[in-house]
Amino acid sequence: MSTTALILITVGLGLASFAYGRSQAYRVAKTNGGIRGLHSLPSHYGMMVALWCALPALAVIISWKLIEPSLISSMLNETVPQAIMEAGEKTVELYKNEINNLVDSQVISSIQDPAKLATAERLANLRNTSSLALVVIALVIAIMGAALALRKITPTTRARQIVETIVQVFLISCASLAILTTLGIVMSVMFESIRFFQQVSIVEFVTGTQWSPQTAIRADQVGSSGAFGAVPLFLGTLLISFIAMLVAVPFGLMSAIYLAEYASRPVRNVCKPLLEILAGIPTVVYGFFAALTVGPALRNMGDWIDQMLGNFGMEFQLSVSSESALAAGVVMGVMIIPFVSSLSDDVITAVPQAMRDGSYGLGATRSETVRKVVIPAALPGIVGGILLAVSRAIGETMIVVMAAGLAANMTANPLESVTTVTVQIVTLLTGDQEFDSAKTLAAFALGLMLFFVTLCLNVIALQVVRRYREQYE
Amino acid sequence: MSQPESRKPVDTTARVKASLNKRYAAEKRFRLYGIVAIGASIGFLFLLLASIVSKGLPAFTQTFVKLDVALSTESLGLPETPSAQELRAANFSGLIKQTLRDRFPEVSSRGDKKALYSLISTGAEYELYDRVAAKPELLNSTLTLWVPADDELGSIIKSGADLTNPDSIVTRMNDKQIGWAKELQDAGDLDVRFNSTFFKNGDSREPELAGIRAALMGSAFTLLITFTLSFPIAVAAAIYLEEFAPQNRWTDIVEVNINNLAAVPSIVFGLLGLAVFINYFHMPRSAPVVGGIVLSLMTLPTIIISSRAALKAVPPSIREAARGLGASPLQVVTHHVLPLAMPGILTGTIIGLAQALGETAPLLMIGMVAFIVDIPQSVTDAATVLPVQVFLWADSPERAFLEKTSAAIMVLLVFLILMNALAVMLRKRFERRW
Repeated sequence: MSTTALILITVGLGLASFAYGRSQAYRVAKTNGGIRGLHSLPSHYGMMVALWCALPALAVIISWKLIEPSLISSMLNETVPQAIMEAGEKTVELYKNEINNLVDSQVISSIQDPAKLATAERLANLRNTSSLALVVIALVIAIMGAALALRKITPTTRARQIVETIVQVFLISCASLAILTTLGIVMSVMFESIRFFQQVSIVEFVTGTQWSPQTAIRADQVGSSGAFGAVPLFLGTLLISFIAMLVAVPFGLMSAIYLAEYASRPVRNVCKPLLEILAGIPTVVYGFFAALTVGPALRNMGDWIDQMLGNFGMEFQLSVSSESALAAGVVMGVMIIPFVSSLSDDVITAVPQAMRDGSYGLGATRSETVRKVVIPAALPGIVGGILLAVSRAIGETMIVVMAAGLAANMTANPLESVTTVTVQIVTLLTGDQEFDSAKTLAAFALGLMLFFVTLCLNVIALQVVRRYREQYE
Repeated sequence: MSQPESRKPVDTTARVKASLNKRYAAEKRFRLYGIVAIGASIGFLFLLLASIVSKGLPAFTQTFVKLDVALSTESLGLPETPSAQELRAANFSGLIKQTLRDRFPEVSSRGDKKALYSLISTGAEYELYDRVAAKPELLNSTLTLWVPADDELGSIIKSGADLTNPDSIVTRMNDKQIGWAKELQDAGDLDVRFNSTFFKNGDSREPELAGIRAALMGSAFTLLITFTLSFPIAVAAAIYLEEFAPQNRWTDIVEVNINNLAAVPSIVFGLLGLAVFINYFHMPRSAPVVGGIVLSLMTLPTIIISSRAALKAVPPSIREAARGLGASPLQVVTHHVLPLAMPGILTGTIIGLAQALGETAPLLMIGMVAFIVDIPQSVTDAATVLPVQVFLWADSPERAFLEKTSAAIMVLLVFLILMNALAVMLRKRFERRW
């Protein structure tokens, strides 16, 4: 029986025991002067029975499924041939994987090698026993739970309190999942990074200027020592984010000011959703656009300028790379415009009208009011919004993966191709790689950097925005 | 010292009047900047959409070539009544080639023959086999079959190029091939029809056979997992934080955490998925179930934040009235507050799911970039999703994949627009002003 079916059956049992528990409660009520005689509503009793029935069984199923693979794997050891056992842990792992795949694809009968056949049969056996045992145990626990709870349907049982406590615990654990996620992120990137820094020194990683993440297959290979200096990646990320902010901040801010201070209601009602559409377009679409439309267009424009300058007798080469930082940066900037504009719009509209009225009263024009009164008052909020936008730009992946290059150049020229932290994470982890090599571990070290930097920016930005809000509320 | 001068009476009115023109000009300029900024942003949106639509529209049609295939058992090397197995092993590819040779008898050299065969998609033989396998009576008769043309031929026919003037066509095809194409066209054996393959097939190396069905199913399974996980958890978390949480340190930490998670780059969630679910729990790579879990972790903060806003919008008087009638705190929430906040919560959920539907980067990390030909049947089958399919196709050099990519983007955008429209509708229909 598949796990899904078992879970569904358990849930079904829970529902059935709810109905039965409730009717049982009505029956008990009859002999105790109606529902008034019970401590809780009949549905509370039903709920209590259902929870007692389903929860322990589900817990058993889930923990069983978590432990099962490693338990079966260790029980398989005795059938693994001696030669393979001695060849080291990796070979054993490979062998077991092969057997697993054979059993999964149900071709046991066609196995020729007797040793493999023995292991495969043992594995199939163990799996059958395990799933059968799980079904029996889970169902017994469910029925016993329900039976126990049914005996507790008495006028004095505080069923509502019991149910509500369980629900409260559920609510709390859901809310705490956020902390668990953060912990999970920190731990997963941290552990792999520590393993990376055991192979490559942290100083080299943070200050090195050579990035060529190769690890040797043979020790005597040419260029066997990979270089893991991440400075070119950091600079590339900064360059592209900087270009993006050069586009996003003026356009986003001016759009927000216009929408908040100048636009009539109909204009606002049309323009705001249109800007929001810009925010809703998936980043992979922006990446496609940057790589296949904006990049080539910029390149052609560069060639055209070269030609024009050549006509005037100037020997000048712009030489725009088709994967230029400019193309990726500009498109990323456009993607961030709605982000900047909606955050700025919020803070600008939060500035009290009295401040504007004061300014108008002194004879200032609208633009003077905006520049000298509204913007300075909203500045902390705007800065917070821009910081959030920067963190967005640094973490943006698809646009740069598709439109920026792979070569780790150290350059400040936006027409050349640069690479970024996120691009390298994707390239390092999407190839066929052994998981323990320095190459894949480097991706986690980069991820750690990325997480740390964006986290700092976010914390500062959220703090600033919150302070600002409190100031005017 | 210089005091007496500044005390000199000045004609303020005159100074203000003199500066007025300049100030008004500045006012106009400032206003113009705002209009330019909005105009540019919206202009870019339309440029983007126009470029995608113009590139993608041709992908919804496909060029077909008419072939009259003489299905003699002899030429297929089959006995009179072949078994299913024999039929499967039959040389349909050879038969198609034979048909093409018969159609153009003048073609004789090896190179020319190869060029001729390449006018037809390699999928033609499978289509022929499917037809015969479904209806074996067709054997020993002549079957008129419309098979997809190869992508190069397909795209020049769709672009309406002038075949009489081969020099005007930018293509990888040589002049002879264009000549044959002309002959086919004149005989009415070329036709442009709706491209149903695009919605029926999985991925393929051949652009004319590639479709988005596998990616669509993958997206559907992934979103299903995301919804079943993130919706109940987010609602529960929001209820706790908004209705029950005491004002203490723990609550503060949880809130700060949620706000920060909402701004963590999506690729970091992919790293989490790779390290925890794939490497630690050994869950299957490339499976929608892992993708769904990762995406639900990613969308949880968004849904929690909007659900909290929806719960907060329910006025306290409702809660007080329910409490006054003797409801327990949990009953207040489940019987009154939650139903009233549901439209808002659903709106937030749909927006969060739309975000998850368009997400690519974290799925690359957990191996959903595989080349998927088979349509996934369950949440544990290897699958890819629509945005990742776009990413994969965007890398392909064939020109025909460019239009496929744009068409896939159009499909993706249609789904996103539908979801957002649903969210807006929900908000409009059920929004209550208290």
